[in-house]
Amino acid sequence: MTLAIDVEGLSKSFGTFKAVDNISLQIEQGHITGFLGPNGSGKTTSLRMLCGLLTPDTGHGQVLGLEFPREAEAIKRQTGYMTQRFSLYEDLTIEENLTFIARVYRLAHVQDSVDQTLERLGLTKRRKQLAGQLSGGWKQRLALAAAVMHDPKLLLLDEPTAGVDPQARRDFWDRIHGLADEGMTVLVSTHYMDEAERCHEIAYIFNGHLIARGTADQVIAESRLVTFEAEGPRADRLARELAARPGVEMAAPFGEALHVSGTDRAALEAAIQSYRREPYRWTEVQPTLEDVFINLMRVHAPAEVKAA
Amino acid sequence: MMGLSLSRMMAVLTKEFTQLVRDRLTYAMIIGIPIVQLLLFGYAINTDPKHLPTAVLVQDQGQFSRSILGSLQNSEYFRIVHVARSPAEMDKLIERGAVQFAITIPGDFTRRVVRRDKPQILVEADASDPAATGSAVAALSSLPIEGLKHDLKGPLASAAPGPQPFEVVIQRRYNPENITSYNIVPGLVATILTMTLVMMTSLAMTRETERGTMETLLSTPLRPIEVMVGKLTPFVVVGIIQAALIISMARILFGVPMAGGWAALILGLFLFIVGSLALGFLVSTVARNQLQAMQMSFFYFLPSILLSGFLFPFRGMPEWAQWLGTILPVTHMLRVVRGAMLKGVGLAEAAPSLGALALFVVIVAGLAVKQYRTTLD
Ligand SMILES: Nc1ncnc2c1ncn2[C@@H]1O[C@H](COP(=O)(O)OP(=O)(O)O)[C@@H](O)[C@H]1O
Ligand SMILES: [Mg+2]
Repeated sequence: MTLAIDVEGLSKSFGTFKAVDNISLQIEQGHITGFLGPNGSGKTTSLRMLCGLLTPDTGHGQVLGLEFPREAEAIKRQTGYMTQRFSLYEDLTIEENLTFIARVYRLAHVQDSVDQTLERLGLTKRRKQLAGQLSGGWKQRLALAAAVMHDPKLLLLDEPTAGVDPQARRDFWDRIHGLADEGMTVLVSTHYMDEAERCHEIAYIFNGHLIARGTADQVIAESRLVTFEAEGPRADRLARELAARPGVEMAAPFGEALHVSGTDRAALEAAIQSYRREPYRWTEVQPTLEDVFINLMRVHAPAEVKAA
Repeated sequence: MMGLSLSRMMAVLTKEFTQLVRDRLTYAMIIGIPIVQLLLFGYAINTDPKHLPTAVLVQDQGQFSRSILGSLQNSEYFRIVHVARSPAEMDKLIERGAVQFAITIPGDFTRRVVRRDKPQILVEADASDPAATGSAVAALSSLPIEGLKHDLKGPLASAAPGPQPFEVVIQRRYNPENITSYNIVPGLVATILTMTLVMMTSLAMTRETERGTMETLLSTPLRPIEVMVGKLTPFVVVGIIQAALIISMARILFGVPMAGGWAALILGLFLFIVGSLALGFLVSTVARNQLQAMQMSFFYFLPSILLSGFLFPFRGMPEWAQWLGTILPVTHMLRVVRGAMLKGVGLAEAAPSLGALALFVVIVAGLAVKQYRTTLD
């Protein structure tokens, strides 16, 4: 087992604001790691530091066997980066964009690489179309194709599937898994729980701190969260009532059902005791990743947010 | 590994050129701005302004002063708006800018014309807008003669001693030097070129930042010099097209002579174009968005127009302003282009200005490359 990324103590401030605070990341080669966390938690900043677009304030280690951040230029060359916002040229055609990328990376056979990429994307017929006219899903496929054109060893994807339809998302993930099978290491930020579950590992970042890591099962287990589900007519309406009771850390509607969670099993069971009656049926369930993340956010929230 | 790559440079160049050709607004800027500005500035500053407001002070009641007054009124250059009663009133009028000219006909005018001892007509001109007054002043000396010839028929005809039975004394106020239209139009070559080029490059670069494509550029192995050369070269072509367009128009529409300093002109233009582009690139490394790039460009345009000797005579400015003007490339380009077109100067005579332009290119391009950030920090 080799680590594609092995970085310690990564930090970045903008002025006095700490966007990323002392993060350590170890990512195995050929693995897909999901990078999760609410907006503004520092995902984009972390990815940018890893690919040399931002200079870290602190942090050192190895990326692709190269010294980080000293050899940032060399790391950059073997890394593919797909930005959060579409950042190819909207006023150039699909083909012109790919040709530009191929030439900038000095690929040996520019036209062949472009043709193959177009073929694989199924965009050969639309090669003369302006990139700006593509739909969100196609833009995302084009951006991914451009990011992997130079055969990088490390692929950094920043919310690649935001605003993309389910079918395109599924195709996208199939492609990512295909690339990982070929040995590419992937770090992908996302807000979708189903996508998090498709990753080999997840890393959860909040307010610049890395607060959970591991496989989805590990993260759920380590949260030591206990969740009960109530079913029955209008069970979801109990959320407000139950949330106020001691021992209930979280009560959230889940469709027509209700999920009630807490880390103290005894207190939680006491809290729901009086609701264990008709017409409600209670069962203990495995907490979802979403339950865990929402709870993590609550636990790690700064004091003033908790008080509010 | 850190070496420069021609093919990467060419990749940027091709990309930039494609974008340039595809953008309709660019055509408007390349062709439209020079034409509109040349016509606007060229004609606005160049045409003989007519019917300029004039005040007269007539201290003589004789027939000749009345006849001069009559022809002044009939002339297309002067429009008598005030008949003053004292020299002090005249002074005030011209000081306030109420009139462009104040014409004084002295008390013994008619008598002295008859006596043939060349009386003086005093013309005070507000020359703060020199181009506006130039031809009117010239017309003054010849204009009243006809009136006099007409009046001197008959018994008094013998009083017409020659071409001018009187003298016109001109006092130019506020700006003793006079700029002719031949100075303005070649000057436009420099100002229009630098305006469009600085703006176009600074916008082309900040557009990358604004649209997020800068992030793509920076995540590739492109080196700063490669980006700079690749991005600027298409605009050199733009600059050459503009320069040719403006000079042709200057020759055809405004009849500006070409005294033959082609070598100095071409070398000067090349340095000036490259310098303007490098300056645009430098602006874009500081500006965070297109609006800021525009504002910074204007910050440069204003002194370029006001302190370069384009509108006002360079040597008429206070020393500190001349010193500022010397930093501006437009100042040196103006000297090259005026010298080449009007005086036909060669490379040797233009060397100081050409040297200054070359120095500007080196310093600004160096700063731009140094300023260009390879990260988003
Ligand atoms: N260039 C910057 N200057 C100042 N603040 C920034 C900059 N980039 C990001 N930030 C701030 O850093 C925090 C983390 O941002 P980001 O990494 O984009 O979060 P995420 O990608 O997880 O949404 C945010 O609060 C954001 O406003
Ligand atoms: Mg982000």
